[in-house]
Amino acid sequence: MALEGEYLGMPVYVDDLDQANQAFFRHCGQHELRVQECTSCGYKRVPPTTACPFCAEENSTWVAVSGKGTVYSYGEVHHAIQREFREHTPYLLLLVELDEQRDEPNEYDGLRFQANLAMADGALAPPEMVQSVGIGTRVRVVFKDIGTDIAMPLWTVDEDAVQPEPWRYPIE
Amino acid sequence: MEGKQADREIDSTSPKHLRGKYAVVGVGETGYTRGSGVSTRVLGTRAVRAAIEDAGLKPADVDGMLSYSLNDSTSSPAVAGDLGIRPNFYMDVNGGGSSTEALVGIAIGVIEAGMCSTVVIFRAMNGFSQVRTGGTGRRRRSALSGDALLSRGGGLSSAGQMFSQTFMRHMYDYGTTPEQVAHVKVIHSEHASNNPKAYYNQRVSVDDVLSSRMIVKPLHLLDCCVETDNGTALVVTSIDRAKDCKHTPAVIQSVVGRCMKPRPDNHYQSGPISTVAGHWAKDILWPNAGVSPQDIQATGSYDAFTFTTMLQLEDYGFCKKGEGGDYVSSGVTRLGGARPNNTSGGHLCEGYTHGINMVIENVRQLRHDVDDSCPVDLDGKRKHTFDYSEGGCRQIKDIELTANMGWGTPGFGSALVLARGA
Repeated sequence: MALEGEYLGMPVYVDDLDQANQAFFRHCGQHELRVQECTSCGYKRVPPTTACPFCAEENSTWVAVSGKGTVYSYGEVHHAIQREFREHTPYLLLLVELDEQRDEPNEYDGLRFQANLAMADGALAPPEMVQSVGIGTRVRVVFKDIGTDIAMPLWTVDEDAVQPEPWRYPIE
Repeated sequence: MEGKQADREIDSTSPKHLRGKYAVVGVGETGYTRGSGVSTRVLGTRAVRAAIEDAGLKPADVDGMLSYSLNDSTSSPAVAGDLGIRPNFYMDVNGGGSSTEALVGIAIGVIEAGMCSTVVIFRAMNGFSQVRTGGTGRRRRSALSGDALLSRGGGLSSAGQMFSQTFMRHMYDYGTTPEQVAHVKVIHSEHASNNPKAYYNQRVSVDDVLSSRMIVKPLHLLDCCVETDNGTALVVTSIDRAKDCKHTPAVIQSVVGRCMKPRPDNHYQSGPISTVAGHWAKDILWPNAGVSPQDIQATGSYDAFTFTTMLQLEDYGFCKKGEGGDYVSSGVTRLGGARPNNTSGGHLCEGYTHGINMVIENVRQLRHDVDDSCPVDLDGKRKHTFDYSEGGCRQIKDIELTANMGWGTPGFGSALVLARGA
């Protein structure tokens, strides 16, 4: 069955033939961050793909990860292109590196998610929070329900973590 | 390591890679405008006709056609019909940046295979009036699919947004500053001031760039290229046929086509993300051309954004990795410097074409006849002054060798080395 929902006024439709994304977003709907782990080489991967980028094996299992990571890089949108995001500027395009599998299987590889910075309830982060986050910030995953059985994964500042001074673009 | 080098499948010295056997013999374009007032079919037809005339050929002399688009252009059969061309080969491919150089390589391949003899490559786009690559003119109404949820669903849709993390990480990794990168725009604007065709021909300062409004950090408005309406075209043929053409040929020394980083579907998974496809492409480009970056006298490094120019110059080896900020702010890339980049003003100032105008410019440089404002003699020859002050000359003196570097994403790119022919 297709997954349907709505996010920020945009209709959402994950086709039932898109099995990898179906599985990923159904787990998100359970508020669980699970990623594919290859049954052959054992490496995890994100985002959902058809086969393993490290050994080409098709079979994988969905394994839970901690949902904690570090901001590896970011962009900060001040001029929104999509009208649905215009009222939310500035917003952060985070590249979050999970704690699992850093520098594996190759140096500089990682499990990296592209997603927005949000508050704990999944609403997009307000300007004060946006300005407090940069490369190095410790974040944790949160989920925003966007339909029956489906949720959007977003990231918020990890309140329990020791936060380093983040690196930010030098012009505020 | 030596064994690994010896095992390379790309033999840098063998003539089998067709070094010097093919040439760009014709270039053509419409104006670069915001409001062409005509269809992409008209733009394509005008550019192709101009390129064929520039080569000293007739439409019937062309029997191969290639074009690229992002579903925003006309087709080869349409242009062929308009001009009375009967192609023995054509192919219209999907893609934007990095297509030009790749299609030059394909043109060589199909001529070599005996499928046709002379190929015109074109791009036609109402990049301002109709489909804007930046996304600002297009409403996407389709539902968010699984893949789109993690991109468009996160407000990640334009090129600037998609590349921002790569650009930002370069600043973090290497201490690259906004001021250094702004020099790319400053220098290209100087070049554009000597290009009557350029859409933006006013010179700007580093302060102008840094005080322009923020689009997506680290990109200010003036770090981004200018979307325009235009048609552009090149004619490629064998070096033998080139001898009968009107101008000094730009002889193709080496081509790389859409060379990829590991995991190009999600290039930001494979690091360092501040390293782009040129890092891999250079190992084909330079050995096949038989030259090194130091031999190149002008570059055409794709400037969809200021950062793309810098990242490619670095990864193709014009400076050490991480020193791109120094390189682009040192004056080397300025007219009068050791290795000017994008002497037409490029995408940042002349107009956005997805790369082809930077190849056109280098072909004209190698003819020693760029279309600047220098006086034209009674014999019709332009007398270049080599005075690069505003409104003046933009011809590089005695130039023999150029390199173009096309950018698709951080994950893939193409490149081309051209030499002045006899």
